[in-house]
Amino acid sequence: MTYDVVVDGRKHQVELDRGDKLWLCKVDGKPIEVDAALTARDVLSLLAGGKAYEVKRERSLQGELHMVIGSARYAVDVQDPRSLRTRRSIGASDAGPQKLKSPMPGKIVRILVSEKDEVKAGQGIIVMEAMKMQNEMKSPKDGRVQKILTAEGAAVNAGDTLAIID
Amino acid sequence: MFKRVLIANRGEIAVRLIRGCREMGIESVAVFSDVDRKALHVRKADHAFHIGPATASESYLNFDKILDVARRSKAEAIHPGYGFLSENARFARACADAGFKFIGPTPESMEMMGSKTRARQNMKRAAIPMVPGSERGLAYEAAEKLADEIRYPVMLKAAAGGGGKGMRMVSTREELRSAYENASSEAQRAFGDSEVYLEKFIVNPRHIEMQIFGDEHGNAVYLGERECSVQRRHQKVLEESPSPIVDADMRRRMGEVAVRVAQAANYHNAGTVEFLVDEQRNFYFLEMNTRLQVEHPVTELVTGLDLVHLQMKVASGEKLPFRQEDITWRGHAIECRVYAEDPDNQYFPSPGQITRLISPSGPGIRRDSGMYEGWNVPIEYDPLLAKLIGYGETREQVIERLLRALREYFVGGIKTNISLFRRILHDPEFRSGKLDTGFLDRLLERPYHESDGQHPVMAAIGAAIFATLEPNGTLPGVAAGANGNGAAVAPVSNWRRNARAEALRER
Repeated sequence: MTYDVVVDGRKHQVELDRGDKLWLCKVDGKPIEVDAALTARDVLSLLAGGKAYEVKRERSLQGELHMVIGSARYAVDVQDPRSLRTRRSIGASDAGPQKLKSPMPGKIVRILVSEKDEVKAGQGIIVMEAMKMQNEMKSPKDGRVQKILTAEGAAVNAGDTLAIID
Repeated sequence: MFKRVLIANRGEIAVRLIRGCREMGIESVAVFSDVDRKALHVRKADHAFHIGPATASESYLNFDKILDVARRSKAEAIHPGYGFLSENARFARACADAGFKFIGPTPESMEMMGSKTRARQNMKRAAIPMVPGSERGLAYEAAEKLADEIRYPVMLKAAAGGGGKGMRMVSTREELRSAYENASSEAQRAFGDSEVYLEKFIVNPRHIEMQIFGDEHGNAVYLGERECSVQRRHQKVLEESPSPIVDADMRRRMGEVAVRVAQAANYHNAGTVEFLVDEQRNFYFLEMNTRLQVEHPVTELVTGLDLVHLQMKVASGEKLPFRQEDITWRGHAIECRVYAEDPDNQYFPSPGQITRLISPSGPGIRRDSGMYEGWNVPIEYDPLLAKLIGYGETREQVIERLLRALREYFVGGIKTNISLFRRILHDPEFRSGKLDTGFLDRLLERPYHESDGQHPVMAAIGAAIFATLEPNGTLPGVAAGANGNGAAVAPVSNWRRNARAEALRER
């Protein structure tokens, strides 16, 4: 099984071959024997070259994947060549309408723009409040406010689309 | 002693108080709002009553509902914790009127210390040291004379004001006249009152507070200081005892002043006197907090006392079981406040479900926590999840212990500020004890990258093995309803990732 794994922005090719006791791994062509034990959900104990590592997996509500080893945290993106998922490098451009989504449940405090307004990337669009703190949601791109899908005072869930910028 | 005590609070402090009750054979009564049915304090208590919707004004701040539960549960006393109703003199009075003992000071003491200006006037009468300056507005000539006396830098402040309006820092005599005129006209525009007063400007102040305790028989003691200078936007993040700059003599002098403050307010139970400390180690009264503080555990660890037990004893009418000379301090303690907030996104709150929780333990580690694995951190309340407190012989040992414990601490599913503490505890300025209230803001302005990432290859292997063994592992979004907010989230949505990365980029 081969995966493309992007760790903190650097891509590695990881080949896995599950042996009787050990995993025979190749990372970018370099072989490493690993003894892997899943000790709990999301907690993996790895032994390699006489060293012990505890690797914890964390996936945020926003879908970001992290591996935590000791006190270090690695942003990780696993691309399984068999999966149908599109690579993230494609479609991440500024072309086309983009949705401004709520990263967490909260309440809309203020809407700073109107539909059809021209906005710049990084310009504040909506102020939302969660846990007694207010934060500005910013435009993901230069463009025009196509639609505002929420209202001042509205309660929103994580992942709700608040506005569309085209 | 009481048989049953109502805990009018939630989160880690409610759990802390329930534990104290159980140790003393007191039954605890928890209250909870709609979103706290599954909260840890409800699981730990002996009795639990629903008091209404998530909105605090309709639940945790609602006098009638809390007093009604006190009646129904036949509680004898009410402990308010911190925050919520803890410094509300009207609530303390309502408790007394309804026949319940409020575990804390009398409403009269709370009123006396409640307003900053009233407290200052009262304390001035009791000859408590204050930041030098004038109480009331001054004409220019008088301001000039006073500034010469107390020496520059000085601060001009609008007598009627607040919020920074009409405030001017003045470093030299030459700047005073124009600063005075500007402050005065700004005050006139903002508050319709041009009066300005003048105070010594404290350069790089420290915030050090003194724990005091009074009983209802006229005894009051001090239990040592807490250094609270590590703050972000005026919110404490890390506290320690002893302070790196307080020696036995200074502790005694500060302590005696704090006890005088307590006596001037006829103060009962646990209280904290806050001081501003300048670079020459002069200390000035700031205000008094009439409650048990979040950071009380550091004092417990260095004195060996249990402040919650003491609160119960004193509130039930017992005398303090020791005198001042019996109090000794040993070792060092540091508390880290673990918040559900995202250090990579301006410390914005990060509520949601805790999908994995691995908690540190071992030598010298105390954890006062209100969270558990699977619990959903609600958005409605303060994001304090837990307090990690380290104790050891020396400050250096505690720092290393906490770094070790932070390495063990893992909270999955939501973001926490755990990484911030690594940064603070590694910082050379922090380690040398050179602190002031601007320390953390300066630290956070410096660019930082955790240099610990020595194992990207193991991270890649781990990620690939996870993908093979647990392809559908914990995808909190996929477990849909489990999140309670009904947000169905695709495992990895480029839409979402991009929207978030872009929308929340640093200003």
